[in-house]
Amino acid sequence: MPTLTLQVNGKARRVDAESDTPLLQVLRNQLGLTGAKLGCGLEQCGACAVLVDGQSRLSCVAAASEFEGKDIVTVEGLAQDGKLSKVQRAFIAETAAQCGYCTPGMVIAVTGLFRRSATPSDGEVRAALSDHLCRCGSHARILAAVDRLRREG
Amino acid sequence: MAENPSLTKNPQLDSWIAITSDGTVRVRMGKVDIGQKISSAVSRLAAEELDVAPGRIVMIRPDTIDGPDEGMTSGSNSMEESGNAVRLASATARAVLLAKASVALGVEVDELDIDDGTITARSTNSSTTYWDLQGDQAFGVPIDIAARIKPAAARKLVGKPAAPLDLEDIVTGRHVFVNDMSMEGMVHARPVRPPHALARLEDVDDTVLKKLAGDGFTVVRDGSFLAVAGADEFQVIKAARVLFNAARWTSGPKLDNRDIYEQLTTNARMSMPVVDGLPVLDTPVPPPLTPPADAKASLSARYERAYIMHGSIGPSAGLAVAQGDTLEIWTHSQGIYLLRTSLAELLGMPAGNLRIHHRPGSGCYGHNGADDAAVDAAFVARAMPGVPVLLKWTREDEHAWEPYSPAMVMDLSGAIASDGSITAWNHESHSDTHVMRPRPGVAGLGPSRLLPARYLANPPAVIPPPPNMTHHGGIHRNLEPLYRIAEPRLVKHLVRDLPHRTSALRTLGAFANVYALEAFLDELAEAAGEDPVQLRLRHLDDPRARACIEAVASRIGPLSEAPEGYGRGIGFAQYKNAKAYAAVAVELTVDGNDRVRLKRAVIAGDAGQIVDPMGFTAQLEGGFIQSASWTIHEAVTHDPDGITSRDWDSYPIIGFDNIPEIETVLLDQPDEPFLGAGEAVCGPTGAAIVNAVARATGVRPRRLPLTPDNLRAAALSA
Repeated sequence: MPTLTLQVNGKARRVDAESDTPLLQVLRNQLGLTGAKLGCGLEQCGACAVLVDGQSRLSCVAAASEFEGKDIVTVEGLAQDGKLSKVQRAFIAETAAQCGYCTPGMVIAVTGLFRRSATPSDGEVRAALSDHLCRCGSHARILAAVDRLRREG
Repeated sequence: MAENPSLTKNPQLDSWIAITSDGTVRVRMGKVDIGQKISSAVSRLAAEELDVAPGRIVMIRPDTIDGPDEGMTSGSNSMEESGNAVRLASATARAVLLAKASVALGVEVDELDIDDGTITARSTNSSTTYWDLQGDQAFGVPIDIAARIKPAAARKLVGKPAAPLDLEDIVTGRHVFVNDMSMEGMVHARPVRPPHALARLEDVDDTVLKKLAGDGFTVVRDGSFLAVAGADEFQVIKAARVLFNAARWTSGPKLDNRDIYEQLTTNARMSMPVVDGLPVLDTPVPPPLTPPADAKASLSARYERAYIMHGSIGPSAGLAVAQGDTLEIWTHSQGIYLLRTSLAELLGMPAGNLRIHHRPGSGCYGHNGADDAAVDAAFVARAMPGVPVLLKWTREDEHAWEPYSPAMVMDLSGAIASDGSITAWNHESHSDTHVMRPRPGVAGLGPSRLLPARYLANPPAVIPPPPNMTHHGGIHRNLEPLYRIAEPRLVKHLVRDLPHRTSALRTLGAFANVYALEAFLDELAEAAGEDPVQLRLRHLDDPRARACIEAVASRIGPLSEAPEGYGRGIGFAQYKNAKAYAAVAVELTVDGNDRVRLKRAVIAGDAGQIVDPMGFTAQLEGGFIQSASWTIHEAVTHDPDGITSRDWDSYPIIGFDNIPEIETVLLDQPDEPFLGAGEAVCGPTGAAIVNAVARATGVRPRRLPLTPDNLRAAALSA
């Protein structure tokens, strides 16, 4: 089995994975990072999103080997020194989750959005979230968290 | 107050509350948190009555080992059952602790103050604490159902906004769902289902079985039940596909592919009148009421709603370990005691040998695949003694095998009499059952409702579901109008021989019944030339119902004055005519591609005394968005070879591109009892959207979902 070196949440991690093993499987089952969720395995729901070089990417299909040499950040890696990120704080302030299954993907998508622009347009917000499904209907609260972040700049 | 089944069944204080010596209050309840934040609301009730800081309350996840058995978490009953039980338990504990403090400090109870669990005598300034008086000791007393509850004016926490429990864990990825669990030596498993519900397994290619065994996989087969387990999850996913392709399935009977609405109105059925919210057995259905000859308006209309699914974002999962003659399960089931009883009966085990723990799952909104996945895991675990088995359904399993909410047909007719009153009201609802949870009952009833059991070599006989005879039960939930209508003729048809397994989804029959009756009211108003808001208000006596409607009507603006190209619509109901009241108004347009685009929504809810305003808002807004998705987008489809809604492309749901601006108005009643809030908004949402589409387009659609195809068909037949 090939050995890969992945840069995850600021640390180099060596893992053994078959060439077709999706990144999500490696994160969850080898590195114990279960924040990113398996929702569909089809790149349809967004629950598996992680940051790759600062951009939100789905991890349930693309092989882990494609991510060598890239900077991967999972939802577990957003808080720094025990302090939640602005996006995480905004989600809490706006109660932007119910069951929470889709939430890590949403937090990652919104984090990626604000890495590109401090004041994203409505169109950019919709585009950033268009791959993300939520069944509890937290959309309006998530958009409120986005608005809070835009206000805070 | 009506009898509380949670207290009747679990009368001892120690079942609910424990004071620890290290300064916490451990609260157990039997209802499970499924994202509705019931544990947040209940923890605040406990903190309030006990006068402790909210952070001292530790909510213990339910299991079948100890703690109260509160049956099923469903029907918007949790605040009334768990909420009131924990409130009374907390008040009882407070009284016991005050009495003990009175002895310890040598002063009367009424000279004592409590601050965060410290009890101080006003006269002497001496003090003691809950933790010193009671730490780690049993109370040994029953809950006092007459215990004094704080009056509204004295409450410090209840009704005030607070972040829900677990939210920090959720946004940091620390919240552990069943799907995320891990144990030493654990294997992963996947079920391998037939191509469709009627297909059965003939055999599996032996060379493939040998190859899988050689590669370290365990294949479990019993009749047509097939599953595969192994150490690496991704390899198991691939092995499950290999196994499916290596299996030969019978090509016996196929799924009935005739028009589902034709099946609903022509198949064999049990029909019964419904009077005062209750079906009446063995009574002929009376003939339809006929409108008076001088009626101002008289109409009849048929409304249809497709099969829809729970559509949990996380596929169902279960973790099980078989050890000797015991079986331990971790599940996101809504009814762990009922699952235990049914599974014990199926396996011929004493129920006490089965230990079931609730752990979080993806939002389920009713009876999804949770119980079935737990049983799948148990079957695999029994074949691998001592090995923890984490079994997950795939996305395709979840879409194709969860029990759906049944398609429904609602036939309405009625009139506006010459004096302006609604009269000659007929409402007949045709549907499969909404209640197929694995409840115990006659022998085999519970087991036969566990999907994997149906595929065993010796399956329990599938027993046709009896009609739900409870007040505002399944098909007849909200069949009875809340409006002042003299002697409406209401009929429930429990239709047989339909193609899909069905069970409880948020609101059961109420969504479709409210959508139909509230759409029909608009049609009647239009036929009589009256404003639909006024027609409703003229037939409602309950001031709380009227307040909800007035709150949304005043904020959305006159229905007839929507901006050019837009339509406004309204819907209202009191859930089960007994729970929370909700009114919804929407403003929307239908674009050039016949797609419904939501612009603005106003929601008003009255759930009695509000404990957790954030939780109530989330239930109203979330229920609105989910129901908008059902209304606009959702229909389970099939062909003779099986379900064709197998992923999010073939079963689309609402996305961020169609979320309106939402204004939510909470109508608090601090001196009134709690009314369950989780389902109230769904029916009114469907009605408001349909009514707004009719006003926006001039065409009234009567078949859900409001997809471009269905809207075009409605326009062609108008």
